[in-house]
Order: sequence, then C-alpha cells, then structure tokens
Amino acid sequence: MRIVLVLVIVIAFGTAKLPVEHELAAIHQRLHFRSVELGLDLREQIGQLGFIAALSGFRSLVADILFIQAHVAWERTEWGRVLLLFRQVTTLQPHVILFWDMAAWHMAWNASAAAMHDSTQPRLALRIKAQREYFALGKDFLEHGIRNNPDRPQLYESLGRLYRDKYHNHARASEYFAKAAEKPGAFSYDKRFAAYELSFCEGREREAYERLHQFYLAGKNERLPTLITRLKFLEEKLNIPADQRIPDQR
Amino acid sequence: MTEKQHRAFSFRRISAITGNTLTELTRQKVFYVVLIFALVLIGNSIFMARLTFQQESQVLKDVSLGAMSIFTSLLAIISTARLIPQETEDRTIYTILAKPVTRLEYLCGKLAGVLALLALSTFVMSALFFLVLYLREQTVISETARQLAGMPPEQINEALRGIRASTFNPNLLAGIGIIYLKACLLASLTLFVSTFATTNIFTVVVMVFIYFIGHLQATARDYWLQEKSADWITHAFLAFVAFVFPDLQAFNLIDDIVAGVAVPLTLFAKTALLGGFYTAIYLLLACVVFYGKEL
Repeated sequence: MRIVLVLVIVIAFGTAKLPVEHELAAIHQRLHFRSVELGLDLREQIGQLGFIAALSGFRSLVADILFIQAHVAWERTEWGRVLLLFRQVTTLQPHVILFWDMAAWHMAWNASAAAMHDSTQPRLALRIKAQREYFALGKDFLEHGIRNNPDRPQLYESLGRLYRDKYHNHARASEYFAKAAEKPGAFSYDKRFAAYELSFCEGREREAYERLHQFYLAGKNERLPTLITRLKFLEEKLNIPADQRIPDQR
Repeated sequence: MTEKQHRAFSFRRISAITGNTLTELTRQKVFYVVLIFALVLIGNSIFMARLTFQQESQVLKDVSLGAMSIFTSLLAIISTARLIPQETEDRTIYTILAKPVTRLEYLCGKLAGVLALLALSTFVMSALFFLVLYLREQTVISETARQLAGMPPEQINEALRGIRASTFNPNLLAGIGIIYLKACLLASLTLFVSTFATTNIFTVVVMVFIYFIGHLQATARDYWLQEKSADWITHAFLAFVAFVFPDLQAFNLIDDIVAGVAVPLTLFAKTALLGGFYTAIYLLLACVVFYGKEL
C-alpha cells in the first residue's frame, strides 16, 4: 500500500515538475546558457575526470584549470598546446570574453611573432606562411567569440585591433570598431578609433574628415594628439580651405 | 497534558529538534573539515586570479563559487546521510518518538537543522568570498590608477568604472542563493534516501550517483520528449529518469553569472520556486517511507 502511495506521489510530482523544468530549459536555451556541446570530442580532449566534472556542473572550474594550463604552456612557448587548451577552454565557457580574447591574442600576437622569428626554419616564405596561419587562428577565435557573444563590445574591438595591427586592413578595422561602439558598455574611444581607421582608407577620406571634425567640435576633451594629426593629414589631402582648417596646436 | 491541548503539528517541537540537530551537526568534525577546505580554496583564489590581467576577478569568482557549490553540496549530503542511521544506532530516535512528537515533525526538524547548517556555512563562505573579491578589486583599482596617472580624469574614471562593474554584480547574490537552494534540495533528497537506507555509506554512494544523474536529467528528458524511434525499454527508462530525478542543471546559473551574462530576475524566481518544490516533495516522500518504518 505504501509503495503504491510513493508511486502515486512520484507520478504526480513528475507530472507537475516536467512542464516547469521544460520551461526553465527553454529560457536557458534562449539565453544561450546551455550552448555548450559536451560531446565525445570534448571528452577525448579534456579526459575522463575533466569531462565528469564538466557534466557535474563544474564547467567553469574545469575551464579555469585548463586556462591555467594554457598559461603555463604559453610560458613554455608550446604553441600547439596553447591552441588546443584554448579550444577546450572556449568550448567549455563560450560566454567568457576573456578566454576568447586571450586565445586570439596568444595566436595572432605571440605565436605569430614566435613563428616569424623561428630560428629552426631558415626559409622566410615558410615563416611568413606560419605567421599568417596564426593570424587566421586569432581571427577565427574572435569571430567564434562574437557569434557566441553578439551583444558585447570587447571582441568586436579586439577584431578591429587585429585587422588594424596584423592585416593592416583599415576598412575592416574601422567597421569592427564602429560595431563595438554601438554595443552597450563600449569604451568611448571605440567610436574615435573607427574614425581614425577610416582616415587611412583610400576614397573614404571625406567621410573620415567629417567624423573626426565632429569629434573636434565636441570639445577640448576630444582633441587628442592622434585626432589632431589625422585631421591635419586629411585637411591637406582634401584641400580644405584655410579658413575652415583647425588651428595649429602650440 | 490533555489530549485536547496536544497539537498534531507544533512549530515549537520542530524548532526544538532543529536546534538540537544544528548543535549536534556543528559539533561534528566533518563540518569543520569541509568548511575549512572551502575557506582555504576561496582564500587561495586570490593567488590564482593573478594569472589573468584583463578580467581580474574571473578566475577568482569561478574558483570561489565553484568551491561554494562543491562544498555546500557535499555538506548537504554528508550531514543529512548520517542523521537517521546515527540516531537509530544511538537509540535517541526511540526516546524522541516515544514522546508526543510525530514522525513528520521529527523529519521536518531534522531537515530544518541541516538547512540552518547549510545557511550558516553558505554565509561564512560568502562573507570570505566578498572580502577576497573586495581586496582584489582594491588592488586592481590602485594598480590601474597608478598605471593611468597623467591620463585625462575621464579616461581614468571610465577604466575604474569598468573594473568595479566587472567585480561586483548583484546577480552574484542571487547565484549564491541558487547554490544554497541546490544544497537544500540535495539535503531533502538525502533525507528521503536515508529513510530506507540501512547505513550512511549506502546513502552517500546513492546520492553521488543521483548527483551525476541529476546533471544529466535534462538530456534524458529532452531525448524522451523528442525521440520517437527509440524502443519502449529506452523510452520507459528515460521517462523514469525524467519523472524521478531533479534537473540539477537548472541550478547551474553561476557559470553564466560569472561570465557576465545578464540573468533575468524571473529566471531566478522560477529556479527558486522549483528548488522549493523539489525540497518539499522529497520531504513528503521521506515522510511516507518513514511512517511505514518499524522502529
């Protein structure tokens, strides 16, 4: 009799809780909380213990441990291991901006520089090839990070910086700085950086001049040395009449 | 005492059992061992945080909240598992139940004692966590202010605002609340298991399995609700997992709170409601089994 009563409670309990659990899971999915694919690939990468920990709700802890391992691998300049560990870290914690940003920085800045100065590779062409592959890996991390965190400005800014410093593609750099500036919580310099980069683009000087001039008119706080330099450059290039030019800084 | 004066359910009797249970639990060495391990881990997170130089509090928060989650769950299982077997072995349960105390009051009092212990340990861990976080924030602020010396005040303020915003987040408190609720539901479930278990080792082992199954319950439920081609045995097994076990993944909001994702208040409220519901139902099941137990 008592077993029947327990069974009735369990069935009633299950019937009552299932819709609530299902609704909560739907909210989690809508907010991208359960976007982590804990599949066999990850199981092979992080080992059995790490996988069990990740399954038991300690995803962030496992990610941190792997992040610390990646830090150690970076100190030892084991670039292959750094790449592998950062892939695992970003898979486990796709909403942590720091992990995407650090992964991209290690690949596009550190590993690429190491590849370019690789004394074991005498052929320059192969060193350049390796360097470009690391740039691409850095870009790939940032693009994946943006897809996982489309409303946060940091990764757009980092991608803008990558295009500016590594690919020297000022049009794309300007585009990403402008995208970063549109997002909530963006730094005020993102908008200015977008205009600076535009000033390097052939054929878009007029647009850049107008944007930079708006900053100049916004007040003394905006009249930073780079802004003045770029404005002077554009005034020359666009042949702006002398009476419309900004005064020389003394 | 006349029969008319005796109440079937008395909060005074429950509070007396709660007080005794709490005193008894705080006298156990296991409580201090678990708590000290948690505090050491939370305190150490400040050193791990030095490995990052952009979002300084990321690792600190991950490690501290992870430690809180592990140790409150562990404490909930270990402390509850030994309650009934220990009292049966010591024969104190017979003395209590020989008095005009119902078995429902007895279980409610025992569970409330464990929940009070969990609240106490969560409070101590949270206090240390916020202290460590505050110290880390002050260090980063002073380092940043020193590095940015000479820059326009607007830019310095912007950088400092960024550090403060990334350190303290009101969602952290709600997240700690959810960790506590998860521990409460585990305590209630452990109490249920211990009503039919003969030893506390058996209860702990069963609870460890339930803990893992609970984290996979959502996957089983989704598969059960969506999969049409599976054979009836698989279907029945998945339905059993979905019906009986709690969805512990629903309580893992901390990973995303630390990542800086905005968590709506309604989600916290619904999760808290679900936690309360689980706790109450497992207590009810424990009562049903406990009433049938020959003592």
